Amino acid sequence: MARNSGVKNGRKEMSARRTKSVLSRGWQIVLLPFWSTSALWAVGPDGTPSNGTNIFSPASTPAKSIADLSIFVLVITGIIFVVVFALLFYSVVKFRMRAMDAGREPAQVYGSTQIELAWTIIPTLIVVVLFLATARVIHAVQDAPEPSDAVEVTVIGHQYWWEFRYPKLGIVTANELHIPVSNPSHPTPTFLQLLSVDTDHSFWAPELAGKTDLIPNHPNRMWVDPQRTGVFLGQCAQYCGTQHAKMLLRISVDGPEDFANWVRAQQRPGVEDAGAIAGRRVFERNACMNCHAVGGTPADGRFGPDLTHLMSRTTIAAGAAENTRDNLRLWIQNPSAIKPGSLMPAMKLNVADLDAVVSYMQTLH
Amino acid sequence: MSSNVITVSVGQTDAKPWVDELHQWLATVDHKRLGILYIVSALMFLVIGGVEALIIRIQLMHSHNNFVSPEVFNRMFTMHGTTMIFFVAMPVLFGFANYLVPLMIGARDMAFPRLNAFSFWLSFFGALLLYFSFLGGSGLYGAGNAPDVGWWSYAPLGAQAFSPGHSSDYWTLSLLVSGFGSIGTAINIIATILCLRCPGMKLNRMPLFAWLNLVMAGMVLIAITPLSAAQIMLLIDRYLGGHFFDTQAGGSAVLWMHFFWIFGHPEVYVLIIPCFAFMSEIIPVFSRKPIFGYPVMVAATVCIAFVSMSVWAHHMFTIGMNSYANSFFTLTTMVVGVPTGIKIFNWIGTMWGGRIQFKTPMLFSIGFLFQFLIAGLTGIMMAASPFDWQLSLSYFVVAHFHYVIVGGILFALFGAFYYWYPKMTGRMLSESLGKWHFWLFLIGFHLTFDVMHVPGILGMPRRIYTYEPSRGWDTLNFIISIGAFIQALAILVFVANLIVSYFKGDKAGNDPWDAWTLEWSVSSPPPAYNFATVPTVASRRPLWDHKHPEDPDSRYE
Repeated sequence: MARNSGVKNGRKEMSARRTKSVLSRGWQIVLLPFWSTSALWAVGPDGTPSNGTNIFSPASTPAKSIADLSIFVLVITGIIFVVVFALLFYSVVKFRMRAMDAGREPAQVYGSTQIELAWTIIPTLIVVVLFLATARVIHAVQDAPEPSDAVEVTVIGHQYWWEFRYPKLGIVTANELHIPVSNPSHPTPTFLQLLSVDTDHSFWAPELAGKTDLIPNHPNRMWVDPQRTGVFLGQCAQYCGTQHAKMLLRISVDGPEDFANWVRAQQRPGVEDAGAIAGRRVFERNACMNCHAVGGTPADGRFGPDLTHLMSRTTIAAGAAENTRDNLRLWIQNPSAIKPGSLMPAMKLNVADLDAVVSYMQTLH
Repeated sequence: MSSNVITVSVGQTDAKPWVDELHQWLATVDHKRLGILYIVSALMFLVIGGVEALIIRIQLMHSHNNFVSPEVFNRMFTMHGTTMIFFVAMPVLFGFANYLVPLMIGARDMAFPRLNAFSFWLSFFGALLLYFSFLGGSGLYGAGNAPDVGWWSYAPLGAQAFSPGHSSDYWTLSLLVSGFGSIGTAINIIATILCLRCPGMKLNRMPLFAWLNLVMAGMVLIAITPLSAAQIMLLIDRYLGGHFFDTQAGGSAVLWMHFFWIFGHPEVYVLIIPCFAFMSEIIPVFSRKPIFGYPVMVAATVCIAFVSMSVWAHHMFTIGMNSYANSFFTLTTMVVGVPTGIKIFNWIGTMWGGRIQFKTPMLFSIGFLFQFLIAGLTGIMMAASPFDWQLSLSYFVVAHFHYVIVGGILFALFGAFYYWYPKMTGRMLSESLGKWHFWLFLIGFHLTFDVMHVPGILGMPRRIYTYEPSRGWDTLNFIISIGAFIQALAILVFVANLIVSYFKGDKAGNDPWDAWTLEWSVSSPPPAYNFATVPTVASRRPLWDHKHPEDPDSRYE
């Protein structure tokens, strides 16, 4: 919690939350198990800190507003639990049948209006408090105005991969989203427009924001303003078909210069490498180009991911495999080996064509 | 009255007595036999749905497991959810209502015995239709295929374009057919309670069991109707070129969600209210006190019924409703917690000052109270819609509703089994096996579903057939799966108890628990006509009055 408590980006909702931050800090001890697990998983295999998918390790204002509210709700429900459990436990222990009671019935009590009133009114008051606290966060997250300099991304859900379009920047890419870090003194939030071309999906990167569904014919909107750089993970959360499990999401939060460099690289047309011309012919002669686009070439299919800068991505198949030569080769030869049920057909190329087209892919930087 | 519809008399049983017996069970219109048919068929599907759950849990035991293919996994969770809700929970609760309501209100049968039989067979054949999909799901196209679109079948995944073949048709038709069965049963319960109460049993003298089932039946009428309408619309989409939910042609995916959840949320209360009914009978008897705050319990139940009709979109907080809609459904969902809390307090009030006997039905009831408390509190967490934007569609929500359905409904049901089995069979269930069942199931339940909250908090979505090793979900999932097997073991103990006690259990007598409602005044099992002479009651606890003529309840009501 303390990590971001100093962040003030001038937005109204930020100041509205501060009181709760103070409240929640005192209750960190209650949630120690969650914090310790988050710390455990926040360290990658090589010992370097990395970002995970823990909802209590927020790195962006929406996720942080939610985490603060969540702790408030956890504390209230925790108190209710302790009180009611104590009553239950006490009555089970205290009023158990004892040997000397055999054959005698206890006093027959039918009820009490005062007690009924008490346990109606107190919960009602608790509900009022919880509702008001919640409504404030709903408004702060959902009704935040979009600043004119915000980065805009259109996210399009496909069975089973993500298409990302940057309409202001003229970029089309897939599965690995790049967004700028948002500096508290100079906020650069990213607003996402969520669409789907087929079934329902849901965009969920727990450390950046709550999830929002991508529903055909029902455009949605969400925003993030990550406060630290690094790769954030997530995945499709709404069951979308056979390979729902491997519709993974990588979000790279870049520093301002890194992001600018990435944008410049993505805006360039596909690299023309004369050495890979044989592979390019295979790509354009077969069905590959019906579904995939490579900028600056006749290939402009839109059914599958845009491959113009394929090699700038660290994974293929929506995060199902690392982007290595062997995996690319296996994927083109038999996608079901990596992702059974994927909509990409097995291309059944001969070995020479397969090697050529993989070599061509590897030139697409 | 219904005296003219008691089943065929025991005819000549000369040549093949079992054929005669079978014929009597298949052709019966006796509410007690139909109740038992409901319960036995539900137990059968409980085992089937449980095996599906175990397949799911084996697959998720560790990351990148290959126990089943993604296609099979998706079929398993679809069939598990559909089976457990529609062909286990509803039928078993209808079975208890069928068996007990006429006995408790002093009637000789349900109001419409033939409708009763018709409703049971509709729901039973609905279940068979769903399972026939394993053989016939792809029809002419080839081998069988069960539905794999999830138990909500969210549009447009259930449309022809994304669910070709016939598996979704089996799902749709199965729910449509069994839905009509549920409506028939609901009409029957309402008519029975309103028209067939014995002399003296005014509405405010009915056992809470009857009251709560009356409310449940009213909710079934309201909740099942939109589900059936939606299934018909889906069929029109799939076969007659309709576009209700066909997003490719301008239809609305969100419309389906509304139809489904305006059924789906009241459905939760349709399932839990009969369990409240079990609790409201069992807890007083084993605390040796009358229910605390009877009129408040009735009012709270009716209140839950009304409010729960306006909470459905809390299943849809992530679909991008505007902030006003999200606030409204946050408020209604939190409000429904108030009458639910009142019920928990009243049960504790019933135990307070009592002499609690820890027989197996009471153990399960205390388990119910503890787990339902936690389930209610995690429900409050998800009612706070921003919290739900994180928790919804994750394993946290799976843990939450299993806490309600297993920790709440199933525990209450086990209590009901141990409590009323003697009445239904004339034999007691074994107490020692019952305690084994209780403790094994309690340990397995908490191992599975307590731990299951954590992967949800750590970002694990539901309905994924596998997950990445780097996410840190492996150990947790392994523990969850171990718990599932302990629960399965407990179910085996339970089934063994049901079978062994049927033949070897102690004789129950009319009234083994020294209880107070009318079903305990007749023999175990009761005769076909229930009551030789229709009883007359003067209070809520007619058998208390009978046993304590010096201090009857009727003096205070």
